[in-house]
Amino acid sequence: MAGNNLQSTISVHGRTLYPTCKLLNSSKMLGFSLQSRTDRGLIVCSAVGHNTLNSDELGLRNPTRTSEILELIDQGEKTLANSGKFGRFGGIFVPETLITCLKKLEVEFNWVLHDPQFQEELSIALKDYVGRETPLYFAERLTNYYRNKNGEGPEIYLKREDLTHGGAHKINNAMAQAMLAKRMGRKSIVAATGAGQHGVATAAACAKLGLDCTIFMGSIDMQRQSSNVLLMEHTGAQVKSVAGTFKDATSEAIRSCVGNLQGSYYLAGTAVGPHPCPSMVREFQTVIGKETRKQAMEKWSGKPDVLVACVGSGSNALGLFHEFIRDEDVRLIGVEAAGYGIDSGKHSATLAKGEVGVYHGAMSYLLQDDEGQIIGPHSIGVGLEYPGVSPELSFLKDIGRAEFYSITDEEALEAYTRLCRLEGIFPALEAAHALAYLEKLCPTLASGTKVVVNCSGRGDKDAGTVFKYQHKMEGEQEQSE
Amino acid sequence: MAVTLKTTFFFQSKAGGGDSLPRIKPFRFKAPMATLSTVPTVGLSETFSKLKQQGKLAFIPYITAGDPDLSTTAQALKVLDSCGSDIIELGVPYSDPLADGPVIQAAATRSLARGTNFDKIVAMLKDVVPQLSCPIALFSYYNPILKRGVEKFMITLKDAGIHGLVVPDVPLEETGILRKEAASNNVELVLLTTPTTPIPRMKAIVEASEGFVYLVSSVGVTGARASVSDKVQSLLHEIKEVTSKPVAVGFGISKPEHVKQVAKWGADGVIVGSAMVKLLSEAKSPEEGLKELENFTKSLKAALL
Repeated sequence: MAGNNLQSTISVHGRTLYPTCKLLNSSKMLGFSLQSRTDRGLIVCSAVGHNTLNSDELGLRNPTRTSEILELIDQGEKTLANSGKFGRFGGIFVPETLITCLKKLEVEFNWVLHDPQFQEELSIALKDYVGRETPLYFAERLTNYYRNKNGEGPEIYLKREDLTHGGAHKINNAMAQAMLAKRMGRKSIVAATGAGQHGVATAAACAKLGLDCTIFMGSIDMQRQSSNVLLMEHTGAQVKSVAGTFKDATSEAIRSCVGNLQGSYYLAGTAVGPHPCPSMVREFQTVIGKETRKQAMEKWSGKPDVLVACVGSGSNALGLFHEFIRDEDVRLIGVEAAGYGIDSGKHSATLAKGEVGVYHGAMSYLLQDDEGQIIGPHSIGVGLEYPGVSPELSFLKDIGRAEFYSITDEEALEAYTRLCRLEGIFPALEAAHALAYLEKLCPTLASGTKVVVNCSGRGDKDAGTVFKYQHKMEGEQEQSE
Repeated sequence: MAVTLKTTFFFQSKAGGGDSLPRIKPFRFKAPMATLSTVPTVGLSETFSKLKQQGKLAFIPYITAGDPDLSTTAQALKVLDSCGSDIIELGVPYSDPLADGPVIQAAATRSLARGTNFDKIVAMLKDVVPQLSCPIALFSYYNPILKRGVEKFMITLKDAGIHGLVVPDVPLEETGILRKEAASNNVELVLLTTPTTPIPRMKAIVEASEGFVYLVSSVGVTGARASVSDKVQSLLHEIKEVTSKPVAVGFGISKPEHVKQVAKWGADGVIVGSAMVKLLSEAKSPEEGLKELENFTKSLKAALL
């Protein structure tokens, strides 16, 4: 394997020389071997110096790619390196004031991807603080539930992101970015949160790293997910209320950052926003997919056949999917929130019902009205309420690599209860959307198909909501009897 | 008749520099029944060159369309024009204005809640623009333009007699299609440069900008500030080293002192937004707001003398 000297004389944040470093030979426990990162994901950007590794030397790339989809994925990676776009999606659509700051962030991000010291620190953080690796759990009773009369049916595995510190996959990204921000010399972190999970994760990471933390949260969300607000405040973070929901909190967080670009760092919680935010978040979440590959190999000496994840903006879905996008024999299924129904006007199914537009800095599918004004979405899964979606998922939809469906509030609520009863696991209502899709998916799958569902968070925060719904259903039933 | 009287009154007050003429009857701003055909307005660049010949700075106020309502906006445009504005920036309200501070955000929210939409704004402009002596530049975020279609949007602007456009959330790299369609419809696309823009990038922006160069005075969103940053002086200097295009300074300017300062530093124009919008929004009635707008504009214009 070729040794690699990475050196740059570009002065970024006052640093002029980066130490020379060799690539690691051994893959770390979490699969952060740098050679695979050079092969996939972000290509080293031109400011840092061209990657000196030849992919043939690495012996990883299969030279005989004939599939159209794989070619499109390759092209997507090229446009990403050149202009921050996944095909026609993504890009940097922000006021000029932010451009230089984002470019610096991109350079910094590319550095940490190839910095063994950062990678090592991150893996220790993910192991000892976040609690990785999370189990790939065989849900036996859920599997049996979906067997047909002949006892045939797929095997359902749950990727237990609900067992991470904080209770959701958000911590993977929050910890990595907080470390990145600290390395960049930023003292204060700004973030926006919907369900509160990203807020809690960011607040926790900041407490651990000794950084100031301000979280913007919609006033409506603060009421719906009040337990998370308390947790944030306990860590010392300042929680600022913004009229509205997550989309309004995001806009306000970005505005507050614009006023203090040197000192503050906007910690994107999900794979949306101007480049490099979607790529950064996806890259830090991709640990989910890497672990899944390793665990699948250990458990059944193979790969998963179908991956299912809920889609709000796309961070947990991309975290699971990205590792497998070149494995065309792995089906990628994203499940969006249909709210009161896909035609009700009260939903958050951006990929199903949106049109392409520019929002929060990126070109992507978007729920907008005829005037191009942004529509406030709805879902019982608060973390799924976002009118936009990751540009990378928009790209995967366009090229036909991933499939997207939607699930109503009611179906998600039922799935919550089902998992509680069958496995004793409490899924977040967001993740319950992915679980609910199994009802439609399983009858169509061949027996023994390996299905991995991303259980992206735990549902303690939703127990009250589900209870109220059940109560209401029982009340209505009694009335009709 | 009333229309003619009104026009004469305006011209007289401009020259007089104050409200010294006795009023015969209470003034009520009414939309005239017939559109007055004044001299067709010239574009942004031409406006600047004319002013330069006269040794004057351009005064460019900004207001949000539809706040408190479109008919007040129509009147406000006329007031601003008659008080000597050289170019007027009109903001199209948007649900998620990332570059705007609380004042303009709130104005956009109120305007949208009243049902303002682009078609209504255009209809109002088609009526008002022929009565104005100064050109209008529209200020709009990118998504509503994309939704309509860039080509269609520019044609609409041309038909309404709009001379300029500012789109704050499109970086230089993405302006290709906007510039192309704007050029074929005689709309000048103004680009922004900021204190965080490195010089090579600033050069590229300045090269591509039409009409004038919009220099953002501070790192942040729109909104009045206590003073204008000293950096503006060196930024103006840097820009003027690489271009002869006119440079107007905006964001945060709200007092005659600010205007004087920026003029002294060598700007070719000043843009005043939030301060204007605030006056209209905090007034007890639209009529009062328009009156305050008139007084404020005059005080700022006086600082340019």
